Amino acid sequence: MSKDKQQLNIMLIDELPERSMAMEKLLTNLGHRIVATVSAGDDLTTMVNRYLPDVIIIDMDSPDRDTIEHMHSISAERPRPIVMFTNDDDSETIQKAVKAGVTAYVVDGMHPNRVMPILDTAMARFNEFQAVRDELEKTKNTLEERKLIDRAKGIVMKQSNLDEDAAHKAMQKIAMSRNMKLVELAKSIIAAAELLK
Amino acid sequence: MTDVVKTIYPEPEKKELTLGFIPLLDCCVLVAAKEKGFFEKYGLDVTLQKEASWANIRDKVSVGALDGAHMLAAMPIATTLGLGFTKKPMLTAFSMNLNGNAITVSNKLYERLLKLDPSIETQPEKTPSVLKQLIDQDKQANKPPLCFAMVYPYSSHNYELRYWMATGDIDPDNDINLRAIPPQYMVENLKEGQIDGFCVGEPWNSRASQLGMGKILIAGYQIWNNSPEKVFAVTRAWAEKFPNTHLCLIMALLEAAQWIDIDDNRQVFADVLATEHYISLDADIIKSSFAGNIHHANGKDKSSLADFHVYHRYLANFPWCSHACWYMTQMIRWGQLKTEIDMKQMAESVYRPDIYRRAADLLGLGYPSFNYKMEGINNSDWTLQNAGNQFNLGADAYFDGRIFDPDNLIGYIEETDISRLAINLNQAKKLN
Repeated sequence: MSKDKQQLNIMLIDELPERSMAMEKLLTNLGHRIVATVSAGDDLTTMVNRYLPDVIIIDMDSPDRDTIEHMHSISAERPRPIVMFTNDDDSETIQKAVKAGVTAYVVDGMHPNRVMPILDTAMARFNEFQAVRDELEKTKNTLEERKLIDRAKGIVMKQSNLDEDAAHKAMQKIAMSRNMKLVELAKSIIAAAELLK
Repeated sequence: MTDVVKTIYPEPEKKELTLGFIPLLDCCVLVAAKEKGFFEKYGLDVTLQKEASWANIRDKVSVGALDGAHMLAAMPIATTLGLGFTKKPMLTAFSMNLNGNAITVSNKLYERLLKLDPSIETQPEKTPSVLKQLIDQDKQANKPPLCFAMVYPYSSHNYELRYWMATGDIDPDNDINLRAIPPQYMVENLKEGQIDGFCVGEPWNSRASQLGMGKILIAGYQIWNNSPEKVFAVTRAWAEKFPNTHLCLIMALLEAAQWIDIDDNRQVFADVLATEHYISLDADIIKSSFAGNIHHANGKDKSSLADFHVYHRYLANFPWCSHACWYMTQMIRWGQLKTEIDMKQMAESVYRPDIYRRAADLLGLGYPSFNYKMEGINNSDWTLQNAGNQFNLGADAYFDGRIFDPDNLIGYIEETDISRLAINLNQAKKLN
């Protein structure tokens, strides 16, 4: 089978340029062609009609899904309307796609075997970026928590006239005996101090 | 208080819930239920999640990523029928609001319409026929067709816009271009000249008008008085799995709707809705729209529409099966529904007054004993007498004076001049 027959024209709708560049590279390596990369504010209807993509990969955070879905209902004049890609009847693909935050629309009648590798690649990319984002979020939270604990420690030091180490140990002891996280205790101390101001 | 609730009301099977919403004025019922503690009162710990598209709302509810959501009234019907990409049985026991939409056009189009007939400024009922004149002139001059936008194929906005156009003998599938654009992008598209007009929910018409980027031609209320707008919907499987949670949700939403239907409460609450987590827009625009102000056409005057937003009065939260049927007649009229179905049977599987009644009963609220009512027969408020109860209901007239009789569904479709039928009405008659 010639490579041309396998090649699909793909449109990417993604607000994150880094992610869409990474995807572009991977999908090109799979032998496909990225005909357009669309971001917020582009006139999607015109773009779809101009580039006639076989597959549209779309970030679920993009509001453009509703525009695409309407194009299906008016595409009587187009020979091959666009439909949402599903691999099965029990919506397993949609479930996985929702989880990853990306989904695909394809021209009606396209065989799932041709699209699944593309969607799988996109979902993997999105999951990877999600992991990066989660990691950032976690680091941010840890920092926030440390700040709160420091603030509470300051209050305890002042109130009970303890040095930093002793204040920390006292807080740990109470948190342990009450089966609560140190940061939770810190929050209570800060709230109480504000109340008693 | 909590003890009382626990003894009277069923214990929710699932307490931690995530519900989806789209940033529109009518998400206020959900937001009030959360922020004013109505969910909490029934032991529910609800997270509200803003979604970017109606398609996301549908898919996330379908696969269980959301427990339930703010939904277009036609969406649970379309999704149950398998129209619009995903097929999943859904249901609603709670209508969130009536009205709240409008049709807005660009300044340029408005000027052209005004030149053809200056009386449209005060007589919105003339707007479709004047628009028709303009379209005919453009056709003769070989000008490209006008482009209008709405938010989703299975939306009240699509059906209202089409209904309005068709009364002026405009064929929305052939005389203009029609596209779907998310609510928050409408004003921008109008400003940039991508579209000439749109039908969208508030506050986006008010925003276009107040920023001087467009003119409100007509409110959705004027097309069909007190038309059903959004619902709270879940999947049928979810409702069967968590019946008590569902009942508690409906009770909390009913109380929230009662609260937000009071104008003073709404005005204060506008500041909460305006925040980034919810609608993320200037609170003044929200307050003005809540007060029923419609900034008209010339930019100077505004008129007040007392029923621009209805959240509880007029039995607004009751899921009338007749409303579901009306939406199905529109799906048939415009060729979206391509198979003959028993519309009442479908209506009764998706719109669930029985669940509403259980929730209302527990709250000591009255409800009608029947599920269908005629539309288009009352031009002003009226009193419904039923089973010893009296209900104050709002007007239900259509723009063109037509009458919708749920006992004559196919006849209603047959009466329409402009349509794009994809089913055989004689076949459909056997089922309806």
